[in-house]
Order: sequence, then structure tokens, then C-alpha cells
Amino acid sequence: MTPERLSEQSFDSEGEESVEEMHYHFNVDRRGFIQLLGAGVLITVTGGAAEAQRRGPGGAGSGRRQTVSSRVHIAKDGLITVMTGKIEAGQGARAELTQSAAEELRVPADRVRMVMGDTALCPDDGTTAGSQTTPRTVPVIRAAAAAARNLLVALACDRWKVDRAAVEVRDGVITNPATKQTITYADLAQTEDLAKAFEQAIPSDVAVTPVKEWKVLGTPLARPNRRDLVTGAHRFAADTERPNLLYGKALRPPSYGATLTSINLDAAKAMKDVVAVRDGDFVGCAAPTTFRAEQALQAVAATAKWESAPHPSSKELFAYLKQQSQSPGKDERVEEALAKAGKVLRETYHVAYVQHAPLEPHCAVAEWNDGSVTLWISTRGPFGTQSEIARSLRLASDRVHVIMPDMGGGFGGKQVALVGVEAARLAQAAGRPVSVRWTREEEFTWALCRPAAVIEIAAGLDAKGALVGWNFININSGGAAIDSPYNVPAKRSRSIGSKSPLRQGSYRALAATANNFARECMMDELAAAAGADPLAFRLAHIDNDRLRTVLETAAKRFGWDARKKKRDPNTGVGLACGTEKGSYVAACVEIGVDRKAGKIEIRHVCEVFECGAILNPGNLLSQVHGCIIMGLGPALREEMIFESGKILNAAFSKYLVPRFKDVPPLDIHLLNRPDLPSAGGGETPIIAIAPAIANAVFAATGARVRTMPIRVAAKEVA
Amino acid sequence: MDTTITLNVNGKQHSITTDPQRLLLDVLREDLHLTGAKYGCGEGICGACTVLMDGQRVASCITPVAQADKRAITTIEGLADGGKLHPVQEAFLAEDASQCGYCTPGMILSAVALLQKNPRPTDEEILDWMNGNVCRCCDYPQILAAVRRAVSAARR
Repeated sequence: MTPERLSEQSFDSEGEESVEEMHYHFNVDRRGFIQLLGAGVLITVTGGAAEAQRRGPGGAGSGRRQTVSSRVHIAKDGLITVMTGKIEAGQGARAELTQSAAEELRVPADRVRMVMGDTALCPDDGTTAGSQTTPRTVPVIRAAAAAARNLLVALACDRWKVDRAAVEVRDGVITNPATKQTITYADLAQTEDLAKAFEQAIPSDVAVTPVKEWKVLGTPLARPNRRDLVTGAHRFAADTERPNLLYGKALRPPSYGATLTSINLDAAKAMKDVVAVRDGDFVGCAAPTTFRAEQALQAVAATAKWESAPHPSSKELFAYLKQQSQSPGKDERVEEALAKAGKVLRETYHVAYVQHAPLEPHCAVAEWNDGSVTLWISTRGPFGTQSEIARSLRLASDRVHVIMPDMGGGFGGKQVALVGVEAARLAQAAGRPVSVRWTREEEFTWALCRPAAVIEIAAGLDAKGALVGWNFININSGGAAIDSPYNVPAKRSRSIGSKSPLRQGSYRALAATANNFARECMMDELAAAAGADPLAFRLAHIDNDRLRTVLETAAKRFGWDARKKKRDPNTGVGLACGTEKGSYVAACVEIGVDRKAGKIEIRHVCEVFECGAILNPGNLLSQVHGCIIMGLGPALREEMIFESGKILNAAFSKYLVPRFKDVPPLDIHLLNRPDLPSAGGGETPIIAIAPAIANAVFAATGARVRTMPIRVAAKEVA
Repeated sequence: MDTTITLNVNGKQHSITTDPQRLLLDVLREDLHLTGAKYGCGEGICGACTVLMDGQRVASCITPVAQADKRAITTIEGLADGGKLHPVQEAFLAEDASQCGYCTPGMILSAVALLQKNPRPTDEEILDWMNGNVCRCCDYPQILAAVRRAVSAARR
């Protein structure tokens, strides 16, 4: 099996992310397949038709308006169910969307139950990506809930023959204060009228509750299903129980690019209750226990012959990416500005590949019934998964039902349906449900990585120390937050492709981390070249008030001026700021460097974050914590090491993610801007930490570090 | 070769005939349908698969089931007393100490094991002990607050 690259990169319209597609080449002529499904239902759907089908009425791609009933259901006991195709990955979408619905329906949050990521029940809200749930889906849910409330009120008013202005709504009870008449949502749900009313389209101009009147939004609502998390009752995808469930394993190539030339399944097939499948380039085994499935897979793997392909190693990665890169072109105006500049700095920055390494690896349970397949799968895109499974198995997409139980972490990963295809194909062969859960080694090796980057910057200063020219080229990692927020008369930023040795895809904040790292390190270098303070130099080039505010606030809270002057030996302070996806961040850090051991100790992090009107301050604070601490991993340690097509550190014992002891003292400040639209907060807070540390390393050691992970080599110190 | 193993899980006795090399984690999940213990690393170093064996925490992802023969196992499903949550579970709820929640059962059982061993741990001892559990959402500040809350609740 060699999932192949369909294209170098494809872009998701929702989250502007690059996702490398992976799929299997199954044999088209499959007798077993037809036997299982019955020849009459073997339908091949073209991409376009499948797409139209899956979007359906009211889907994200449809021009038709959604009905209220597609979003909101009120049961006879008054329980409100709200449906969204977005998913919960730990980022807090469930709480935020619950609040959105509760606010507009004028009920406490515990009266609302969100159904998320189920392709049979929910409208397609696109992949959960790119911090889009807050700016895109929250307004949709609010509009639907407000429309539902208006319809409920209208029904009550019709009944009482009063004007809408005459009634009040509170806690799901509609009251006419003049007559003291009351009616509950549950009462109205007893009638056919409500079901009929909810078939109406959600009006495009429905009024939602102004921020200053929020009672549920803007408060720190905890995750609604958190009790199930502490009792172990929550079923993650791999916890799905099905009768006669088998456990499956897919055969992986021994190295990247290796192709299977021959294999013998006999030994596995001879094992009791084992199903072994080869279909095109897919080979897998399923058995009643994981243990036996592994034994069967080992028996099969022992017979496999592979043809390997040359593969660059991580040691030569950056040279390789540069060598394989497209042409950056030239911008004459910028070249001219640089030619005229008093001082020009040209530097190259490197960012290593990292893995998301969610604690829950890719996993799926597949079950077939009457030619249709149901998948419980850990994915950020239930509808994309539905199409991908349908395409892979040559099914109409309405024969694929995807259920996404709240997942065990994604961080921008889990965007391909490969594990679902594996489970579905094995289940098809076995005639029984099959569960596939990748091992940690598979997760590190075969999940998509955050792209590595080579970033080349040329920047020019005039005699007064003002930026006059800026040329920024990102090779391989993408264009997120590539445009400089700083004021430069002639500037140009460009992202160009290369040939990525590892499979790559989106990661929390996409390329914004790499681009902001390079830019903010360069800004520090420019400040030094101009003889200016890094804070003052940045402020002199910022027009945007929101960026200025977070930076000034962070510097003030941190005590930048005083701490910068202190100059304790082997101690340094650094700062960085940035903006992406409508939110703003600034971080100041103090570090200590143990020059002998070559170790960096993070002593203090002060971060200020602003993303418009805060929907849930508790969750937002958790996201900012999470971003900073998670960000310390790739900033200081994490990197994929590979050689001859093999990942050499595909284990938590070799790839060290942040742990309790790595958490520095944190001072986090959330700036609320109720006057501004809410932007997502689960990504941008990660982009300032690495450059702030690199800049602090310079302050402590006088040496620039231009690579992530940031390291101070012990030998460099005299 | 299959052998018969007696597992006492959450106070219930189970007799299981299986390959003794199978991992305790897999037997809990696949045979006993107790899915609260999670696979995380397969090396016993991330804590997602933590269960208690005779009150001590063990990594069930590296423990052959034979080693659990005739031992008392507690999984997250057995921690609450009927509908009444264990104080550590209460503390995690009170501090909202889960983002995705995949590490939560292991975190809670680790904290329970710590409090059983050392009812008055210092902050340093908490960090030392909990450092064996990974939270990839990096909700460590919240989890730490939950463990501290459980420690002070135990003191009262």
C-alpha cells in the first residue's frame, strides 16, 4: 500500500489550508465487492455529482436557504437540539455553539444539545478548520436560533391574538405580561404548527442579540459533555462498540515511496478468525483482537517484497527544499527600494517538519449494512470524509454515513479519510464491523506533517533606520500570515512551492507560525541594525491600532523597558507580535541560557491576545494556554528526523512533546473588544511564542538563531 | 497458547481465556468493553492508558494481561461510587480541566494514585508525578489546578 500524492497541494476554501490528498488504488474489478453490495448498487459517481449530492439543500455550497428545522429541533419535553456539521476537537466549538443557540433562544445553556459532525443529521458547515467556526458558523447558528425563537413567538401571538411586541421570552417561556398568559416552547412543540413553521427558510436578515445584551454568550461556559470525559463514558471513535467487532491493521511500506512488488497472504489467512485482504495497493488484516491482527499483519509483512525509492534525509532537508523550489520571481519596485536602501539585511530562516501528534491517533470503526457503510471516525471534515470514502469505494455518497464523535485532538491534522477507507475496506471484506486505530509509530510516520519551511528575507533600512524595502519568500510551507503587517513603502511577500519529502498538510495556524517566526526574527535583526529598541522599532512601523494595542499592552504588563535594561548574565528578553485570521497577538518572554549545557529555560511568558468580542472567556483562555505551551514544542524541541525514507523518531520517547514540567510561568491577558466581530482564538496565539524566544536568545547570547526548533549549541559557547 | 486469567476489575471478577501476552489495555477494551483507558503511545510514557493495579498506577499499554492475573484493577469506569463522582473527578469538572478529554481518564487515575501514595504532595511532587501524563491540548495549567484542588479537598 502506498497512498500516493494526488497533487502537491490543494487548497481548502474554508480554511485556506493545504491538504495533501492520500488514497489507495483499489482494483476496479472486484468480485467480492460486487457480491457484497449486489451488482445493482455498484454506482460510480463522478466528483461533481457526488459533490452536489453531499451538499444537498442548504449545504455550504448551496445557494438555497436552510430551513429552521435543518438546524433546530424542539422536543415535546422542551429539549432543544441544534445541528451543525462542525466538530468538537477540544477547541471548544460545542460550548461556543451551545451558547450561540441558547442566547438567541433565550434559554439556559443546559437546555440545548448540540448534534455535531453527523452527515445524516447535520447540515454541511465545511471542515472544522482555519478558526472559521467562530466567524462563520456561530453567526449561522445564532441566525437559526433567532429565527426559531421568532417562529415560536409568532405561534404564541397567533394563539393569543396579540402583537409580537406585547410578549416577552425568558427561559423558554413566552409570556404576555398584560394577560399573564404563558406558554412554553415544550407546549408549542406538542402541536403540528411548530413542525410546519420550522419548515420555513431562515431569513437572511434575522436580527440577533446585540453584544451588550448577551447573557449566555460572553460567559465562561464549560464544555457541555465534560462529565462524560471524567467518567470515561464518552466514546471516542475507537471506543465505538459494535456487535462482532474486529480489529484491523493496514500494512505500511518500510519507507517513504517504497512500492509493493509481491506479498503472500496465506499465513495470515490460515490463522483462526483472521481476514486478510489485498486490493490493489492496499493490504490489511482484521481479527477479533488487536493482538491477533498484529500477528497476522506480521506474518503477511514477512512475505512482502518492496522496491524502495531514494528519499532525502532531514539533514539535507533545507537544501533540498531550496533546490526543488519554484522560481520566486522578482518585484522590480522592491528590488529598486533595496538597491537604494542605506543598509540591507538578507537572511534565511528554517522551520522543521513537526507532527500534530494528537493523543488520540487516527481511528475509525466501519460497519456495512445493505450496501451502505457507517463510519465512526476521528476527522475534522465529516462531509469531506463522506465524499472521500464514497470515491475510494465507488459508492454513491448517500451510502456513506459519517459520524464524528467528539475527537481526541486534531490541531489541524486528521484532515484525510485514509483510516476510514482502511476500516471500510476491511469491514467490507470481513462482513463484520472493523475498528482501525493507528499506532503512535503510524501516526508519526503516515499522518500529515506541518510543512517544513525555508524562508528568505531581504529587508532594507534608510539612513534614519526606517524600513524601506521588504522581500519575503516562503519556500514550501504556505502563505498564511505571509503579508507583513508593518508599514514598508515597497514590500512583497510570496509563497512558492517545492517538493516536500514528507506528506504535509495543515497544522494549527498553518504557515503563520513559520512566517511570523521569520518575520519577527528579522524585525529584531533590523531593529539591532538600526540601533533601535525592538519594541520601539516595531511600533514605529505599525499603523494598525489593534496590533499596536496588543503589543503595547504586552510590553507594559511584562515591564519591557525595565527588564530589557537589566542585562543579567545569560538572561534575555524578547518579544514578537503578529496578526492572522482577524486576531492579534503579542508575546514577551524572559529566558535563561545554560551555555555549558546548551539549554534554554523559559522563565516567563506574557502574552496578550485580542480576537474581537469574546464569546467564551474560559475556553479562550484555555486555547491561549494551549497554543503557547503546544507552541513551545516546535519552538524548542520538536522536529521530524528521517533518513532513507524512514522516520527515526516516530515515538513519544524520541519526539518530546511538552509536559507539565515544561510549562513556564504564564501571564495571559485577553483583550475583549465587544465592538468588533468575534474571530477564532485557537490558532493565532501560537504564532508569537517562537520568535519571542529566538529574540530573547539573541539578547542573552548575542547570537542569532534562525531555525526552529531554536537551539543553543553547547559547543558554540566559548 | 491461551491461558485462563482471573481479572478483578472495578470489583467485578472476570475469567478470561486468552493469550497471556496480550496487553491489559487491549483486554480491558476489547474483551471487557471498558474503553475509558486509551491508547496513546504504546511505550507506557504518555499516561493515556493509566489504570490502577492494587492501587498503584500502571501503564496498561505495556502490561501483559498475565501480570494482572488475580490483581485488583481500577479503571476510570470504576472510580465513581455509583452516581457519586470521586473527588478527583469532581476537581477536574470544577476546573474544566479537559480540552479534548482524551488524556482525562489517565490524568485522573494518575492523580488518584498520587493521593493514595502521598495525600499531601507538594507542588514539586505533583509536577514530578504528573509529568508522566501527556496532554497534547496542553491544558496543563487547568489540570494542575484540578490536581491542586483535589489535594486541598483531601486535606479537609
